[in-house]
Amino acid sequence: MTLLSPVWTALLYLASAVCFILALKGLNSPRTARQGNLVGAFGAVIAVVAVFLSVKLDNIPWILGSIAVGSAVAAPVARRVKMTQMPQLVALFNGVGGGAAALVALLELPHAGDGWVRLAVVFTLLVGAVSFAGSAITFAKLQELMTTRPVVFRGLPVLMALVLLAAVGTGAAVVLGGSGALAVVLLLLGLVAGVLLVLPVGGADVPIVISLLNAFTGLAVAASGLVLGNVLLVVAGTLVGASGTILTRAMAAAMGRSVAGILFGAFRGGSTAGSTAVSERPVRSSSAEDVAVLLGYAQRVIIVPGYGLAVAQGQHTAAELAQALEERGVDVDFAIHPVAGRMPGHMNVLLAEANVPYESLKEMAEINSEFKTADVALVVGANDVVNPAAKTTAGSPIYGMPILEVSEARQVVFLKRSMRPGFAGIENDLMYEPQTTLLFGDAKESLTKVLGAVKGL
Amino acid sequence: MDGISLLTITVLAVFVGFEVVSKVSSTLHTPLMSGANAIHGIILVGAIIVAGQAHEPLVLAVALLAVVLATANLVGGFVVTDRMLEMFRGRKPVASKNTEKEDTR
Repeated sequence: MTLLSPVWTALLYLASAVCFILALKGLNSPRTARQGNLVGAFGAVIAVVAVFLSVKLDNIPWILGSIAVGSAVAAPVARRVKMTQMPQLVALFNGVGGGAAALVALLELPHAGDGWVRLAVVFTLLVGAVSFAGSAITFAKLQELMTTRPVVFRGLPVLMALVLLAAVGTGAAVVLGGSGALAVVLLLLGLVAGVLLVLPVGGADVPIVISLLNAFTGLAVAASGLVLGNVLLVVAGTLVGASGTILTRAMAAAMGRSVAGILFGAFRGGSTAGSTAVSERPVRSSSAEDVAVLLGYAQRVIIVPGYGLAVAQGQHTAAELAQALEERGVDVDFAIHPVAGRMPGHMNVLLAEANVPYESLKEMAEINSEFKTADVALVVGANDVVNPAAKTTAGSPIYGMPILEVSEARQVVFLKRSMRPGFAGIENDLMYEPQTTLLFGDAKESLTKVLGAVKGL
Repeated sequence: MDGISLLTITVLAVFVGFEVVSKVSSTLHTPLMSGANAIHGIILVGAIIVAGQAHEPLVLAVALLAVVLATANLVGGFVVTDRMLEMFRGRKPVASKNTEKEDTR
């Protein structure tokens, strides 16, 4: 059908683009965020209706059927996924988006008239394929279908360089000649490059990779907009590219490392793995009852949750503990390090799910000056993000990473499974300080015991 | 649309994107990512156009695969973002909205 004139079509696409911008703008505050997202979804509906009404389309039953299949598969998954599995799902959706962009570009190649358009085709193909394969590997790592440790083998950098060189050569040939067969080769090279890009990245660096691949898919979609001459795709893709880029930089800054360092030098094999030996220095360990007394009679408590808390499924218990303390008149906040969790901001979602009000979720920059006024800092399942070595020990793998300044608090309580160092394999001197108390055990069990003891005070 | 206009729009969109996204609080970075994810699912528009102009079975099959993938991206992305944002509640729940869901408190 071509019910709509080009002008009306352009206006609808414009409305849709404005909806997307409003959706992102809504995320300025948790109050407006949900509404913003609905506006964004509305924008997507406008765009899809506009394309059906403006372009002469064949195969419409097939297309509608495919849309039904895609929705029927994705919506139930999205509705049922656990919040701890959110990073996998985001990686998955990101990958299929990149894959779709690559396929669209592949099919548009025969219609690409001049060299510039073919350049956009080549870019979309390559970046979309990298995003698809990279996201698939990220998904496999997060879902623990494969090892979460960095996979490195001799010659990997050389292989990567060769693949990229071949991709550039093939890409140039496609731009000049427009060969469909070579475009398929390029697609395959992109897939290989995506796999090689993500394999060497370790579990703790996944937040960066997810952000980066998000930016990649955005750029691929924007480039596909150039291929099709579709303004909406250009704008939407560019917005996503910007958001992915900002998140990537934010994550890298929060780890105190460069993006290139994470992708290409990820902890350089086993340089830190040797330091998992446990030190013999004495620590002060304590009982749940003592910790409950410390917390229950404090004025201000700051809880520092780490991914260990989520692994132990203890976020609901932590939220209940915070509530019990608040009922006793204790001022409780959660201090969230940007890299706590498996994707940017993941810990906030996990705690929000446990009904912690968002006013209590404090960013690092906001809370760091407040540890001085805290009577107790309760560290649950976190280690590297509170390790003073990041500030004091040059040469430590985490040196330069901004940390939560828990050592400023009058008392520090660690809930820990054992004395084993954190992911980075670095000992935390804070645990041997006189103001520090340790409570050993599974995070959730310890929290449950402390919660029970607080209620009995 | 001619190339220069598209380029102009692209450059302006880059600035809008950075401006809007840099104001997002880090508390909402996960919904930001999944929301942005949903937005790039709009590649569905491209997939529909390509599928609607396909005449050979192989081309149509590949295009329909792109439609399925893009729809999954678009629909799943918005649904999961909505689910996440629903959980972010203030200290005093707004009485007018979500009243049915708040009665467990």
